[in-house]
Amino acid sequence: MTETTRKTGISRRTLLKSTAGLAGFAAGSGAITGFPYVMSAEPKVLRYLGTAVNEGDDISKQCLKDTGIKIEYITATTDDVTKRVMTQPNSFDVLDTEYFSLKKVVPSGNILALEARKIKEFDNITPVFTKGETPGGKKIGNQGTAPWKVLYLEGKDSKTFSKTATDFVTLIPTVYNADTLGIRPDLIKRPISSWSELLNPEFKGKASILNIPSIGIMDAAMVVEATGNYKYADKGNMTKEEIDLTMKAMTEAKKAGQFRAFWKDFNESVNLMASGETVIQSMWSPAVTKVRSMGIACTFQPLKEGYRSWASGFCVSKGVSGAKLDWAYEFVNWFLSGYAGAYLNRQGYYSAVLSTAKANMEPYEWAYWMEGKPAEKDIKAPDGSLLEKAGAVRDGGSYEERMGGVACWNAVMDENDYMVRKWNEFIAA
Amino acid sequence: MTSASDDILHQTAPGLARGSDTARRGKTARLSPSFISWLQAGPMMLVFLAFFLIPLGFVVVVSFWDYNEYQLLPAFSGRGYTDTFEGCIAQLPDLCTIGKTYVKTLKLCFLVWAITLFIGFWVAYFLAFHVKSRTWQMGLSLLCTIPFWTSNVIRMIAWIPLLGRNGLVNSGLIGAGLINQPIEWLLYSEFSVVLALVHLFTFFMVVPIFNSMVRIDKSLIEAAYDAGASGLQTLVNVIIPLAKPGIVIGSIFVITIVMGDFITIGVMGGQQIAAAGKIIETRLNALQFPAAAANAVILLAITFMIITMMSRIVDIRKEL
Repeated sequence: MTETTRKTGISRRTLLKSTAGLAGFAAGSGAITGFPYVMSAEPKVLRYLGTAVNEGDDISKQCLKDTGIKIEYITATTDDVTKRVMTQPNSFDVLDTEYFSLKKVVPSGNILALEARKIKEFDNITPVFTKGETPGGKKIGNQGTAPWKVLYLEGKDSKTFSKTATDFVTLIPTVYNADTLGIRPDLIKRPISSWSELLNPEFKGKASILNIPSIGIMDAAMVVEATGNYKYADKGNMTKEEIDLTMKAMTEAKKAGQFRAFWKDFNESVNLMASGETVIQSMWSPAVTKVRSMGIACTFQPLKEGYRSWASGFCVSKGVSGAKLDWAYEFVNWFLSGYAGAYLNRQGYYSAVLSTAKANMEPYEWAYWMEGKPAEKDIKAPDGSLLEKAGAVRDGGSYEERMGGVACWNAVMDENDYMVRKWNEFIAA
Repeated sequence: MTSASDDILHQTAPGLARGSDTARRGKTARLSPSFISWLQAGPMMLVFLAFFLIPLGFVVVVSFWDYNEYQLLPAFSGRGYTDTFEGCIAQLPDLCTIGKTYVKTLKLCFLVWAITLFIGFWVAYFLAFHVKSRTWQMGLSLLCTIPFWTSNVIRMIAWIPLLGRNGLVNSGLIGAGLINQPIEWLLYSEFSVVLALVHLFTFFMVVPIFNSMVRIDKSLIEAAYDAGASGLQTLVNVIIPLAKPGIVIGSIFVITIVMGDFITIGVMGGQQIAAAGKIIETRLNALQFPAAAANAVILLAITFMIITMMSRIVDIRKEL
């Protein structure tokens, strides 16, 4: 790692030198005019590294309008975001990442925790993050890397997660959701109520899970537990024996031809489901919406064992300071002020500050997305396309029911290295 | 490859050196021919050194490092390798993960190689011996490149709607009353992987074999005919031996690409088929760089062994 950093450092210096030379040449030739103005009105630009979840063009446009901050998105997959934080910490300013990656990101020392007191809405952040319960007081499952376990650091430059609330927040919460299996009700033609159905021989050759080891194994564990074969102490932190028995169950199913394919990105999961290659598979909420918007029946099926949840939030690169750090706070505060929250809620995700999002949504929208009530009017996506006709009810119901039903969180296990090896073995079986 | 081009440069260098000698005679000190050869080979050597050999050296070094969840630890460790070969002795006679992966990769590689060689050989044969006019030969070879006008990924993904459960082939067969149930193994199977790889890479066989064949002196074939050889005898005793360099070069292209491929195998195999490249990718994504590097070194060693074996059969340098 150090080697890589040093190398990029050198090449960047070389690059800077040559750019400086070019700039000098340009200045000499009189190509640059109005220099003093550029100095006084420095454009506010933030490089934003994250997955596609939060990165809407509408959000960056609105942000520019409201705050004058120009957001430059750097979009990568979850794994690549983490890789980039490790290897090129100077290539971004604001980081949007998932809580489960913190076990890798925080010890690397490449990120800077933000201070809670500078976040206007911090006290209004949903208790899902701070206390591990819904606003209605329902306790949420704490298996895996639940956000409240890794929300605070002991001090400004500490690499230890604090058990109690401090002023130093690893990630300022933004968005989260509860994931479950997606099904094709038109092809299954009977009610589905348990994760164990994923390995039901009835769906031989028509099931799928995702081929991202750290998330796939959680879905696998939900299935194993649902079949009643084993009860995990913590699905998000298995022992070697537990990893073995989980992968054994999945390997047997794979050898018996249970799975049609594994998927790795959003579009693959949509295509598998829409084309009828699979009828039951682990899935993400907007992917289900996408299939439905193609006119194909698809349900994000609530299951009795509960949901697997994930959450993400903002921090900044350790290289950010001065004015740029102020802009970062300004941006995060803007993000929590309502527009972005409403935008995310309308996509089927949940925003971290509910009150501001509510103020930016129509009452009928709030009732459909958050309260689990039948839609009074047609429900539209942020881009204006029709998602649901009037009368539809959201799969899984209200916020309380869905978030209250969370059983575990995406995680990085202590035995991560072993798990990855076992996952490769599973693929090779 | 480089040593072969070095050779060519060595052969041509004296001529050039003489040329410059005459131009500068009596003016400045003479440059020795060998110095000029080095000068000519120099740029390529530097590029090779900077962008291939040195990074490769890093990969080998890093493969012997230790690591934790978030950083490389520059201390000697064989962990990348021991982890990779985990269970290879304990699980005997069953194969361990890496063993299974390479058996699968080699099997796919062999199938793709055999099929592309068969198809590629006959396409080249047709172009070289049945198409008489140069213009038509050129035209038809260009026709072969048309699939390359779109990207690899698109050519691969285009198979999916064709082969799927409700795809064109299955709907057609059901519609024609030939089958009642859709054929499942058309997609997300070894069949679809081999099909896509053959489709993608046959052209890499055609070009070098065609190139070797057009250089065969037609009088040799006439001589064989005059001596009473049958068509098959001419093919086996004259054409195939003379087309060998093309066959080997084409084979090297196809084998090196297929050994390292994990995208086609992933997409067409529904991510359910192991590939040597896939192991490297999974390790990289988990930030286990030394383990990934160790796997890369193993893949390189195995591919290198295959190529060495092939170049034992034919000395490409001699034939070129």
